[in-house]
Amino acid sequence: MARITLSSSLAPYTDGELELRLEVSNVRQLFQALGERYPELQPYLEAGIAVAIDNEIYQDALLQPIARDSEVILIEKIAGG
Amino acid sequence: MSRNHVSTTVNGDRVEFLCETGQTLLEALRDELRLTGTKEGCGTGDCGACSVMVDGRLVCSCLMLAVEAEGKAIETVEGMADGDTLHPLQRKFIEHAALQCGICTPGILIAARALLARNPDPTEAEVRFWLAGNLCRCTGYHKIVDAVLDAAREMRGG
Amino acid sequence: MSNMLKYEEKALKIVGTRPLRPDGVDKVTGRARFGADYNLPGQLIGKVLRSPHAHARIKSIDTSAALALPGVKAVVTRDDFAEMPDELAAVGELMINFRDVTRNMMAREKALYDGHPVAAVAATTDSVAQAALALIKVEYEVLPHVIDVVEAMQPGAPLLHENQYTQGVKPRPERASNVAKRLEFGRGDVAAGFAAADVIVEREFNTKPVHQGYIEPQACLASYSADGQAELWTSTQGHFVFRAQCAKVLQMEVSKIRVTPTEIGGGFGGKNNIYNEALAIALSRKSNHPVKMVMTREEVFRGTGPTPGANVKVKLGATRDGKITAAEAELNFQAGAFPGSPVNQASMCAFTRYDLENVRVVGNDVTVNRPKVAAYRAPGAPIAVFGVESVIDEMAKKLGLDPIEFRLKNAAREGTQTYYGPKFGAIGYIQTLEAARAHPHYSAPLAPNQGRGVATGFWFNIGNETTCSLNLQEDGSLTLNLGTIDVAGGSRASMAMMVAEELGIAYERVRPTVGDTSTLGFNFLTAGSRSTFASGMACVIASRQVIEKLRQRVAKIREVPLEAVAWKDGQARPVDGGVAQFAPMSLTEVARMAGKTGGTIAGHAEINAQGAGPGFGAHIVDVEVDRQTGSVKILRYTVVQDVGKAIHPAYVEGQMQGGAAQGIGWALNEEYVYGDDGVLQNPGFLDYRIPVASDLPRIDTVIVEVPNPNHPYGVRGCGEVPIIAPMAAIANAIENATGLRLCEQPFSPPRVLKALDQAAAAKG
Repeated sequence: MARITLSSSLAPYTDGELELRLEVSNVRQLFQALGERYPELQPYLEAGIAVAIDNEIYQDALLQPIARDSEVILIEKIAGG
Repeated sequence: MSRNHVSTTVNGDRVEFLCETGQTLLEALRDELRLTGTKEGCGTGDCGACSVMVDGRLVCSCLMLAVEAEGKAIETVEGMADGDTLHPLQRKFIEHAALQCGICTPGILIAARALLARNPDPTEAEVRFWLAGNLCRCTGYHKIVDAVLDAAREMRGG
Repeated sequence: MSNMLKYEEKALKIVGTRPLRPDGVDKVTGRARFGADYNLPGQLIGKVLRSPHAHARIKSIDTSAALALPGVKAVVTRDDFAEMPDELAAVGELMINFRDVTRNMMAREKALYDGHPVAAVAATTDSVAQAALALIKVEYEVLPHVIDVVEAMQPGAPLLHENQYTQGVKPRPERASNVAKRLEFGRGDVAAGFAAADVIVEREFNTKPVHQGYIEPQACLASYSADGQAELWTSTQGHFVFRAQCAKVLQMEVSKIRVTPTEIGGGFGGKNNIYNEALAIALSRKSNHPVKMVMTREEVFRGTGPTPGANVKVKLGATRDGKITAAEAELNFQAGAFPGSPVNQASMCAFTRYDLENVRVVGNDVTVNRPKVAAYRAPGAPIAVFGVESVIDEMAKKLGLDPIEFRLKNAAREGTQTYYGPKFGAIGYIQTLEAARAHPHYSAPLAPNQGRGVATGFWFNIGNETTCSLNLQEDGSLTLNLGTIDVAGGSRASMAMMVAEELGIAYERVRPTVGDTSTLGFNFLTAGSRSTFASGMACVIASRQVIEKLRQRVAKIREVPLEAVAWKDGQARPVDGGVAQFAPMSLTEVARMAGKTGGTIAGHAEINAQGAGPGFGAHIVDVEVDRQTGSVKILRYTVVQDVGKAIHPAYVEGQMQGGAAQGIGWALNEEYVYGDDGVLQNPGFLDYRIPVASDLPRIDTVIVEVPNPNHPYGVRGCGEVPIIAPMAAIANAIENATGLRLCEQPFSPPRVLKALDQAAAAKG
């Protein structure tokens, strides 16, 4: 199961839970699982969250594979100016 | 309201246009004569993007009424090159990457040419103070100064 | 993603050199057309009526007299635009709420800032349009306003949005608040970290809003056809994003709007959002004429988004031997009239240059009665870093350590865990610091009243959606159609350079253009320092596709197996020791035959570029402080920055110099000045003072290249990092020159003089 860590800034939307393990094989499944588990996090997931999979950052990459033993970190999306 | 008829010379060509009394030379150049090389950055004479020559004098065209152009000789950036031969300043600006977005470039070229006409061998400080009326937000002026000094060198035959 | 290309070190012929940019001649002759340079027959001039009040309920709008004025062909108000639901949409920048987008474009219930659009007209001439504006009667109920961020956060402050409850606070607050969102990043145990510190430094900083200061005001031209299709020419950093925003607020299908990006006279993040575009389309629809809308400079200041002004608190703890044990910050950012300041990004990059176990950053996004903030080059970072890098410097001094040495002792490196999530991959912070320390500027002598300051900056850089197409023309030249806007001239050149490098041909054979929205799929904005990275990636992918097709075509023409064909130095030739020999074919020869041997050869790419590499910069500045006038003069400035790979070094240097210049202006003079009535007092370049040529010295640059492993040429991007460090570097230099630690930006003469006088009074 992939190890999922949420950025500390997301704590208010998950009642403080920032670490969990999930059986998911891509980012889209990850967002779906998280959205179901934490309804308050749901609105931000696709619009505002990037993921780091084994320390590589992916933004708007819903089909990016997540391997069985991957370490996934959810972070706030970055834009720029 | 009836418009004013103005006859003037722009880049050596005799031209005529109609304008409202309150229109500036900048607006007349851009909107009546469709010479859009001269730019409006502020409309209040603070940025220099509208720089043109009027009877050999460097002027902010946004601060001059179009009717005042009657009988004068106006020079804009469109007249700077000689056919398809660029003026040394124009060439040096490209070579030195002295422009990024390019919006301030026409005004700076006109102003720089006016400087070199009166002072063919300016110091860096003289270039910077002469160009203090031309705002650039992209380059930090470093490559602009290099380009002007290099063009001056070439124009002196160096 | 399988189509992302990794870095390959190889000998380069074109990448890294300095050819002439393809649009240069047009720009030096006045031929290039920017937003206001486009005209259509029969066009009307559109103008906007703006609220003169900082905060007011709009009770009624009577446009009848304006409509009756001869020459006025259309008027629009809030009634002409649909109510947008409260929903987050991932279109353009981060998350935007279209409920807010439509209201920022045109006020609905309330005017929320001096300059807020209330109505717009289209008329035959500029003067008729202005006269029409004066005839529109708006009934306002003026309300108390609040602009200062700390004041806006207090309970009892005038409230902008009655239904805004602070997000990110549990349980949900009972009272509505100007604090739209609170966020907190953390790692480890800061209390324990401070307890373990030998020295603690704590400071509070305040900054004012500043504007991106692009010299070209926003300008657009819209033409709506009776069949429901619209054409739009506009000066923008992202024509696909503008199309999406217009389509949404106008409730039009995206493909019915064709946006042609004009040349853009500066953006820096300020042209990431629509302002007049949807208004122009709506006016065109109503009047059945093209409508041209060009902002005045005053409108740019009153109506477009500057940065947040902010209140920043920083606390740092370290041991005597120079290890930081705890770092804490509170960032209170003005969002302007609607939520969405870059406080989250600022929070994420405040301390990120350092390897820290115990960190806590709290950010507050606060609505105030000023225009909605827009992005400005590394949004939020310069403000946060002003505070952090000032405190870092103060700490170094207290510990008796050289400022670069102190930073090196705590520097982030490959493998460092960031406090916002991932670990760093290969980065160049240490190399950048070492290059700064080794630079002659760092050890040059100083005279009395002169001081030297150092500060560093970090930005994430991004990739995002990018498309391009590369077509081989019948004479062997190539046209490269890009979807990413070229804001500063280096982009088109750099893309052509990468294509030429890949194909082994002359740079001049590749003609790059930026296509309108009908020619390519969605491209994200040119922002986030992404274009050389992401568009470059797309161009390389397209080039390699072309090479594959060339090989296949030559194999067919020469009747040899595909594996016998190699592409090298612009021609197809037999693989050394390969299975077959054949006469080589140049690109031009293949191109001439292409049409008759199966069709034109082309490559294209549609990617969401991942793997952007973070960038780091270190700035060294020498200042001289005039104790009589309080004037701070910049004597010498050096920018050191890791860009991964400089495709075209002259334009990379230009980014470094330009970003530094903006940072210098931010530090020394730029600020929005509001009266007690909430009206902006300095909406012009005379009193909003950006650096002029005589204010600045030469800005020396050192390009460090630690390749980004996720880009074929190692590109990280470079546009945003250089604006981050100047404020702190200059504050540190002033401190070294005078002993004064300035915590209020800008360090303009009145402020410096006041600080000098206060210090003298305290002594005397």
